[in-house]
Amino acid sequence: MEQSNQTGNSLLAVDVGEVHTRAVLFDVVEGRYRFLAIGTAKTTAQAPYNHIGEGINRAILRLEEITGRELVGGDDRLILPSNLDGSGIDMFVGSISAGPPLRVIAVGLLDDISLASAKRLVSTTYAQVVETLGLNDRKKPEERLDTILSLRPDLIVIAGGTENGATNSVIRLVESVGLACSLMPAEQRPEVLFSGNQMLKSEVESRLGTLTKSNFAPNVRPGLEVEQIAPAQVMIAEILRSIRASRMPGVGELNEWSGMQLIPTATAFGRIIQFLSKVYDPTKGVLGIDVGASATTVAAAYDGEVSLAVFPEYGLGYGVTGLLKDSSIDDFLRWIPMEVGEDYIRDYIFNKQIYPSSLPVSKEDLAIEQALARQAIRKAISAAQAGFPKGIRRSGRGMLPWFEPIVATGSVLTQAPSPGNSLLSLLDAVQPTSITTMVLDQSNLAAPLGAAAAINPTLSVQVLESSAFLSLATVITPISNTRPGTPILRLRVTYASGDETSFDIKQGTLEALPIPMGEAARLRLQPLHKSDVGMGGPGRGGSVRVVGGVLGVVIDARGRPVLLPRDLTRRQDLYKKWLWTLGG
Amino acid sequence: MLAPVTHVLPMTRIRRHRLLPVTGRVLVRKGQTLDPLDVVAETMLEPKHILLDVARGLGLRIAETDQYIERQVGESISEGDVLAGPVGWGKRIVRAPCSGKIILAGRGKILIEEEKEPYQLFAGLPGEVVSLMPGRGAVIESTGALAQGVWGNGKINSGQLRVLIKKVEGILTVDQLDIDLRETVVFAGYCGEEQILQTAAELPLRGLILSSMASSLIPFAEDLSLPVVILEGFGLLPVNSSAFNLLITSDRREITLNAEKMDRYASQRPEVFISLPVNQMVHEPRDGTLFSPGQKVRVIRAPYQSQIGTLVTLKPGLEVLPNGIKATSAEIELENRIKVKLPLANLEVLE
Repeated sequence: MEQSNQTGNSLLAVDVGEVHTRAVLFDVVEGRYRFLAIGTAKTTAQAPYNHIGEGINRAILRLEEITGRELVGGDDRLILPSNLDGSGIDMFVGSISAGPPLRVIAVGLLDDISLASAKRLVSTTYAQVVETLGLNDRKKPEERLDTILSLRPDLIVIAGGTENGATNSVIRLVESVGLACSLMPAEQRPEVLFSGNQMLKSEVESRLGTLTKSNFAPNVRPGLEVEQIAPAQVMIAEILRSIRASRMPGVGELNEWSGMQLIPTATAFGRIIQFLSKVYDPTKGVLGIDVGASATTVAAAYDGEVSLAVFPEYGLGYGVTGLLKDSSIDDFLRWIPMEVGEDYIRDYIFNKQIYPSSLPVSKEDLAIEQALARQAIRKAISAAQAGFPKGIRRSGRGMLPWFEPIVATGSVLTQAPSPGNSLLSLLDAVQPTSITTMVLDQSNLAAPLGAAAAINPTLSVQVLESSAFLSLATVITPISNTRPGTPILRLRVTYASGDETSFDIKQGTLEALPIPMGEAARLRLQPLHKSDVGMGGPGRGGSVRVVGGVLGVVIDARGRPVLLPRDLTRRQDLYKKWLWTLGG
Repeated sequence: MLAPVTHVLPMTRIRRHRLLPVTGRVLVRKGQTLDPLDVVAETMLEPKHILLDVARGLGLRIAETDQYIERQVGESISEGDVLAGPVGWGKRIVRAPCSGKIILAGRGKILIEEEKEPYQLFAGLPGEVVSLMPGRGAVIESTGALAQGVWGNGKINSGQLRVLIKKVEGILTVDQLDIDLRETVVFAGYCGEEQILQTAAELPLRGLILSSMASSLIPFAEDLSLPVVILEGFGLLPVNSSAFNLLITSDRREITLNAEKMDRYASQRPEVFISLPVNQMVHEPRDGTLFSPGQKVRVIRAPYQSQIGTLVTLKPGLEVLPNGIKATSAEIELENRIKVKLPLANLEVLE
């Protein structure tokens, strides 16, 4: 393992996930920051340890074993800064996703205005709206009171009133919150985040400030047609950190290690996607997907603006049964190319909830696991689109907007048996359009890099430019309404060597061009039957330079949405063929 | 690697924190001996309030009303009690619409908390109160046999254990539940039919310990008033041989089922407990350990789910599983002497 040149640039990032705690070491090698190694241990937020410190210590210990570098001193403290003998580190950052999602009551005026924005704000972190209280909910004041007292939320988010808009109706709702707080023991009162009409800030402070910890953020809905989530998003992430620190042993210490800058993993992930969007084609966005145990996170960033959506209900850990609430068993079965009964899948999901860190051993169980991931990603992307900017480019209604690249992470993808297996899961789940690059964060570095970006953006830039992320393939998606088997795209490939080849792509197929990893080629795309490859509309083609990923260039002509045959034998044949196409 | 531990022990000492989710009244004292269904503490989890518009009731302006309110904040009231008035020639009054307590009074309104049955927190096991947590509950200590489960329906009860399972792969059928089992706790195999649970409730049984259950029955099981503890998981699964042997040898003993829901953040899991007297020092079992050779382990998912074995060796590096995934693994010798290689993530230590 290459060692630091001891210029004082090493950074240790710790990410405490629901199932795993990861300690990641970055340092300067030959003048540039590099990812050196990762140590992983089980997270110990739960019984019997009930303290995240044990998991962190073990992850760092593992990292020490791998690198041969002493990171923790005899006094059980991090060696900081590093010593001339190479021991220790110079910077530390932390992120966390472990812990049950915050229970939030969203309070606002109108369902589709301020309450919608309040809910969107809540969805930017590990939280779930357990109830909404609004002007039109027909609840009497005492019913609002009982709702708050019975649900015992961790946080109440109050929105409502555009700037210089409604005041009295907002104050009435604030009074209900205040009354409920006054009837609770002080130590059990929820925190409050007021993100409504800013004219009311001092009045809200005077009514709630003495009762509970009241936080204030700019109005999430300053105008009827204007939504402004980002500033309040920073505040809700801070509230999550403070609630975690007060309730989950060890989080306070991790926050101190992090210079009081511990951030939610999803926020860190969003930050790195936001950063990438400044680097890539501004006419397309960058999409990030983190399918984890605690939540599935979707981050879509356009030219430096990120839309973050966190879905604990679609996490693959203790919350995995949430997937059953708005999915049918058929939604999972369609992705499984094996004979599996409905009861088996349902039982599988409930067993996974009991043992979320357990691993599938058989091919059938792996297929179910990946089917859960596909469905979680599909549901999350579908829900997250409400927060995407208006007017973004897409190939058609109901289709995913254009993104370049699409970055994915999460154990279910990174631990897949082969890159082809990961890519097929992603293509099924994300169903990209236009021309994009599918990138796999194979070492789960996105969140650590996002956390690091706050104190050392150069490190994040240089590590991203290295080969830390794996480019799976450039994916071209011709979209057409023609019958399967109809040629929909004529391709002429000019390889770097100057060799040329041409062929037609048929509707319903998945094809791969063996363009070696990192090698460029020029593609001449000629859509047939008015298919749309994202080059200006149906039937419009052109020339494009592409770079091969580990699986070259893939043409996904299976249609949007991907419709799989219900007949198991045909489905099996297709999957076998597609996996073979993607290298097995 | 850290190893999760499940306890199946013929004799142990356990301490359980029995705590209300919110502040309430603790009803036990230190040193008190408790039965499983004794109430440790109580509180109002889902209060119901009524806001009376007294000004309107008396036909007065808000500013004039408060002087006519006759009852004080904190006072208990009964349904029909006069709360305010009389006012005017018609002697208008406002009566209490329900029994309860006055929470707030003023500005022309009275807020009443309606009297309701409080939520009661049961001891969940027989034992002695060794310490109190003011306003929240108590720590109870006991000695006896313990078997931990993986799912519970949130109920608690105790009764005489009756064993209906003959081998680890048993399947419970409706016709096994005859009238002789009334008011007993039944230990059986897999339950796959709603009718079985229905019959268990109608007999009634005092509790049900199952090796496994169809997950489709969860909503029905949660609605039952009798506790249901599942030892292995969902789907047709055998019971592990340690729990099987412990429970079949306890037939007709008094047994307690605390079918509380699994919540690892709150250190809660469902368990069955048989209180036994001890004449020697018994220690509390450890809850966490590291995987190491020689340990007794249980397989927690397919293949070999629910089987018990001995950890023979920890494999260095990562092993490739049959589906191609790479994972830290161990060689396990199962009870039938077959040696298998399994990921550590699919094992837990049984002790």
